[in-house]
Amino acid sequence: MNPLQQNRQHLTRRHFFGRSATGIGTAALATLLNKDLSAESSQSRTAIGGLPSLPHFAPKAKRVIYLFQNGAPTHVDLFDWKPRLQEMHGKPVPNSYIGERRFSTMTGKADGKLLLAPIEPFKQHGESRAWVSGLMPYTAKIADELCFVKSMYTEQVNHAPAINFMLSGGEMPGRPTIGAWLTYGLGSETDELPAFVVMTSITKDTTCGQIFYDFYWGSGFLPSRYQGVKFRGSGDPVLYVSNPNGMSREVRRGWLDDIAKINEMKMDEFGDPEIATRIAQYEMSYKMQASIPELADLSSESRETLDLYGPGVEEPGTFAHNCLMARRLIERGCRFVQLMHAGWDQHNSLTTELYNQCRDTDQSSAALVMDLKRRGLLDDTLVIWGGEFGRTPFLQGDLNNRARWGRDHHPYAYSLWMAGGGVKPGVSYGQTDDLGINVAENGVHVHDFQATLLHLLGIDHERLTYRFQGRQFRLTDVHGHAVNEILA
Amino acid sequence: MKTHLSFFLPFLIAVLLLGTPSDAEDRSDAEQIDFARDIRPILSENCSFCHGPDEATREAGLRLDTESGAAEVLVANDSDASELFRRLISDDADELMPPPESNRKLSKRQIDLIRRWIDAGAPWEQHWSFRPIEATSVPEAPNNKHAPIRNPIDAFVQNKLADEGISPSPQASRSTLIRRLSLDLTGLPPTPERVAAFLADERPDAYERLVDELLDSPSYGIRMAWPWLDAARYADTNGYQGDRERTMWPWRDWVVKSFNENLPFDQFTVWQLAGDLIPGATLEQKLATGFCRNHMINGEGGRIAEENRVEYVMDMSETMGTVWLGLTLNCCRCHDHKYDPISNREYYQFFAFFNQTPVNGRGGDPQTPPNLSVPSEQQSNELVRLSGQITRLDQQMREHSKTLAPRQAEWEKSHRAKLEKETQWKALNAVAVNAIHGASKVLEDQSILIDTNAANDDYTVEATTDVSTITGMRLQTLRHPTMTAGGLARSNSGNFVLTDFAVSIIDGQGGETSVKIASADATYEQNGFAVGNAFDDNPKTGWAVHEGKMVDKDHTAVFRFETPLRLTDGQSLKIIMRHQSKHVGHNIGRFRLSVTEADEPKLSSEKDDLLIALQTNPDKQTEPQRQQISREYLRTDKTYRAWESEKSQLGKQSEAIQKALPKVMVMADLPKRRETFVLNRGLYNKPADPVDANLPEFLPAVASDDSTQGDSMNRLTLAQWLVDPANPLTARVTVNRFWQQVFGVGLVKTTEDFGTQGEIPPQLELLNWLAWQFREDGWDVKNLMRLMVTSHTYRQSSKVSDRETYDRDPDNRLLGRGSRHRLPSWMLRDQALAASGLLSPVVGGPSVNTYQPPGVWEEASFGKKVYRRDEGEKLYRRSLYVFWRRIIAPTMFFDSASRQTCTVGVNRTNTPLHALQTLNDVTFVEAARALAETILMEGDLADSQRIDHIMQRVLARNASSAELDVLTNGLTRTRKQYTENPEDALQLIEVGQSPRNETLDAVEHAAWTSLCLAVLNLDETLNRE
Repeated sequence: MNPLQQNRQHLTRRHFFGRSATGIGTAALATLLNKDLSAESSQSRTAIGGLPSLPHFAPKAKRVIYLFQNGAPTHVDLFDWKPRLQEMHGKPVPNSYIGERRFSTMTGKADGKLLLAPIEPFKQHGESRAWVSGLMPYTAKIADELCFVKSMYTEQVNHAPAINFMLSGGEMPGRPTIGAWLTYGLGSETDELPAFVVMTSITKDTTCGQIFYDFYWGSGFLPSRYQGVKFRGSGDPVLYVSNPNGMSREVRRGWLDDIAKINEMKMDEFGDPEIATRIAQYEMSYKMQASIPELADLSSESRETLDLYGPGVEEPGTFAHNCLMARRLIERGCRFVQLMHAGWDQHNSLTTELYNQCRDTDQSSAALVMDLKRRGLLDDTLVIWGGEFGRTPFLQGDLNNRARWGRDHHPYAYSLWMAGGGVKPGVSYGQTDDLGINVAENGVHVHDFQATLLHLLGIDHERLTYRFQGRQFRLTDVHGHAVNEILA
Repeated sequence: MKTHLSFFLPFLIAVLLLGTPSDAEDRSDAEQIDFARDIRPILSENCSFCHGPDEATREAGLRLDTESGAAEVLVANDSDASELFRRLISDDADELMPPPESNRKLSKRQIDLIRRWIDAGAPWEQHWSFRPIEATSVPEAPNNKHAPIRNPIDAFVQNKLADEGISPSPQASRSTLIRRLSLDLTGLPPTPERVAAFLADERPDAYERLVDELLDSPSYGIRMAWPWLDAARYADTNGYQGDRERTMWPWRDWVVKSFNENLPFDQFTVWQLAGDLIPGATLEQKLATGFCRNHMINGEGGRIAEENRVEYVMDMSETMGTVWLGLTLNCCRCHDHKYDPISNREYYQFFAFFNQTPVNGRGGDPQTPPNLSVPSEQQSNELVRLSGQITRLDQQMREHSKTLAPRQAEWEKSHRAKLEKETQWKALNAVAVNAIHGASKVLEDQSILIDTNAANDDYTVEATTDVSTITGMRLQTLRHPTMTAGGLARSNSGNFVLTDFAVSIIDGQGGETSVKIASADATYEQNGFAVGNAFDDNPKTGWAVHEGKMVDKDHTAVFRFETPLRLTDGQSLKIIMRHQSKHVGHNIGRFRLSVTEADEPKLSSEKDDLLIALQTNPDKQTEPQRQQISREYLRTDKTYRAWESEKSQLGKQSEAIQKALPKVMVMADLPKRRETFVLNRGLYNKPADPVDANLPEFLPAVASDDSTQGDSMNRLTLAQWLVDPANPLTARVTVNRFWQQVFGVGLVKTTEDFGTQGEIPPQLELLNWLAWQFREDGWDVKNLMRLMVTSHTYRQSSKVSDRETYDRDPDNRLLGRGSRHRLPSWMLRDQALAASGLLSPVVGGPSVNTYQPPGVWEEASFGKKVYRRDEGEKLYRRSLYVFWRRIIAPTMFFDSASRQTCTVGVNRTNTPLHALQTLNDVTFVEAARALAETILMEGDLADSQRIDHIMQRVLARNASSAELDVLTNGLTRTRKQYTENPEDALQLIEVGQSPRNETLDAVEHAAWTSLCLAVLNLDETLNRE
């Protein structure tokens, strides 16, 4: 029995047979207790908080690591192999592929634009014979673990709205993001760390980075305790987690006990259950002060593991570091880890910055999947890798000036991959047309993707709702279907 | 933690971390059915989605949100015969309502309620908040010994409590009351002196006097302003990528001033929405309209300007909807409201009111016009002084010039002769001018004006001259009022691109010899558009003069010939000017050609213009020419020249002040109405039917008068309608927000939604009465605040009297006890600063950057925004004045509104991160240190006395003996710890920028600092109790 459950039984006894004079917190606790007493828990950890009605059915995944690639990775250069694009290099896009489609104001109308071959050759890998670009050698090696979705499409053509759409189901700020919905619905598995953690990084010297707006991990209209806690790339990982200079942990401990004693007196006098919550809040903050440095201390990791994640892993603020931290977070009960790596917006730097971008993300993404696997965590951890839209199979720039080749925003088709957490490994789902411009088969809309993600966590996306401004809101708005074909 | 608490901590943690959503509420069957309370919510929640106001999704043409609609499926007094009821209980899945696939299902109790309602005659009532606000009678209330009825609020509350069998709580202690009042009305704790005075004040109206004093305090406006700034989405930057800094703070200061001066809320409303449209609007009234312009501005590249503009107008309309009407208008961007009777069309009628500003959505200027320069009093005085001096000088110069006038003609003659000797250039005599697409005209000053709208036009000029040896030619491009913004061409920027400039000699017999240009110079060359491009072999490249703004200067080019020309008899010059670039309309609009015989042809000087003016027949001189001549003449006089230079100095000083003035974005309407359309799906590029500004049908119109009809409706009409006595919403919504400010929760919990999906207030009659009272009292906000805080309801103790009572109303919606809730984070900071004595008295002015952990802005903006912490007293200003960067709000203000869009609700959560902040943030540690110092400097006192003084400053009371024990033990323990670690002690008391008092013993100071920090983190300190 883990300590949490032990404590719980103590409390149960105390609750029913012992202390009840002022009934502190019992009203709030009753629901929780009922749930825990009746629930048959096969989980190694018990959720803290969350909705009593969740999960709706047995989950495949218990937690999620979302490796979000800001700026929109170029699908036709990485995972969506189009031999015909190679053949038609330098030729204008046939009009039949474009019609009246709207692109960004940088492109305007797409007719007459010249097609651009993938900038590096592709090869097939593993038993699944997955096509992966030479830009992604490490990802190629683990292709058999991955489920590629090549028929994603979205409705947004600019970054911020598209990222919001992907993460919150709405293009404007103000809706809860996936991580907020999950912690609201499923609760947390840790009382020492936040349940929803965000870490950001950017490839050094990148010229095409987009700002990480805090609404990318916002809780929207859900209470703000569900918003993601952003771990920082420098200084304390969590703001204000360190005691002030000259305040040792012993001095702090002593005063926290004293604060608790006085707060208890207050509680006895006032009977406000919020006071009990306050006492717990301060106790948890103390635990967090220990668990966060422990989390960030990589000295227990072997050299082999560190090397697996690649260069920069010991440097806070890098993608490699964040990947390793993601594993450590979910090991400690974190529900949703959202890494965001910026710099994929290659309007004129396909032959330069794309290489750096792949170098900085390929190895650690693959390492994370393999590290989770060998630790037995991949089965119930869902890993997702992808951005907010794709990039145009046609060229932005001058065909004769290779050094400045680029691709513009492309919402009509893009790729992402998922691994673990109840997703079929070694498959590729959906197809684009022979130039990678439009979805040709089994299109997956952003809301479908979100419905699938929730499904893997045991949630019916139509039934996880929250009432705001007189309406029941949900992550998938009023759309979306889980993609059953990719479920293991 | 050795206490029993540790056992149930994990559970509390669960509550703390993630809470337990609960909403169960039952009503006894015996009670009478109330349509608004019992029936409408069921219909609204379960039926309105398909049978509601939204015409586009209405099924079977049936609507159940109106009486006439529902009547189609109802038989009054007979539920069995009513189709509506039959569908609720049908066994047939195809007939059952709501349809099973909708995931909506009525409970047995709800079905029963519907049955009983139909059988009682199915009475229908208008939604409560849409009913007129009328005088309500104050109920008779029971006589409670410990709970007097001090004003009608108490009568309503205690009457309701009696119904529920709950007793009101007695009055809280005086020390609790003074702290509660001070925090609620000024956002600051009371000083120990004020507490002592209040405790000693035995006059019967001591409490009322205290209230009046606090309402009159300048801090009152600061406290009142915070929620208004949240609603107005006030920030110091634009938001979005770039996030440029704006200067809207004079508007913020106006809000504080208005609350302090108790501007009636109806005027407060009208000024902010339409102050600019009030006849004879004052600067203050215009400044107030900054409210509308506080929205975010998107300056991202690649964004479509019109899309931005539409977004801004939507934001203005929706903010108005939330703040005054308590309605969620944003639902109606794309379709009719699903629950409230507002149509998609009516949304765009609201939109049309705000759609009239000249803002075009382009760029990210954080002072996008229309804007208003707002001087401080000092700046204002200085400007008046300067302008007075300038006027005086003008007067003197005018007088003096009269005495000089008689000798001007003589000077003109001699000066002309002198210039003719000096000048290089002589204007060509144009004999024929031809533009392919346009008309041409030779003006008096020998310049040529071309009137062409062609995308690309070419000109041919044939000209003669009496200059015998020609070494070069000069092209002057000259501004003209008929060009874009009075610039040089009719292009979008007033810029031209001269792609070709060719000169040849023609002999009149068809012979033509081209002249080779060797080199050229220009007054300005735009990057990539050098003047050399005008005579290269490439027909697409050319000379242009754009300097990153609308072109506002004349420009000149000089072309030097390879060999000098000599024209013989019958020969003349032909000049071809081509404009064949890809840039549309970039054709030179007005120009003058001149030639020279100088060895080294040079760019012109001003004197050439003067010469041409002097050479022009006085009858034909243009006004600018006449002015130029007169100016030049007057400048020959020494006295005049001195005055002129003095005036120019003063002008520069005035300009410098003007330039430094903060510019507040304000409202103004275009002279000609911009057309408004319903936008399909809310998309800027999908206009459908045109609409006019108009008020929604379901609410009463303004008392009819001609100026409020049709076309002539503007924002002023809208604003006046909001505060019209017939408007049922504004007073209710406003009173509720102020109630929320004082009691922690609104009478309507859904502050932002008074529609049919919002909460029906448990104290409906009280809200109605308050709204009526507020309106009848001339929208007097201070009176309203006074009314609320002098009620017994407000003064009640917040202690939970007994468990049973608590369980019956855990959220205290019936107000049987005083409310107890955590202070907003901004107030926690102000409280700590005030209690410690660090608080700066400076108010108003530009926002300040206080303590924030390093790197927060930098990380959020990839290093583009560097945080520069202010120094000195600025670190200790009130929270209202802390700089608000929209993409990354100040880290110390947890649970605050994002200030990205309008927020009127409160957010009060509880996470360990908040505890970490109040325990570890420099502000709190430094405040603890300063507080410790103050207490230690009080002379020879016992520890227990010092502890009392700390408690007095923070909590307005002395420590209890049990508390004293805990704190004294803590102090003893910490003294020992710091004695053993003296370096720690030194480090702790050096936190923060304010210098520490070095006369104090470091160990002692550190121990007391840690004690003070604990007191600042007590639950009671964090709460308003």
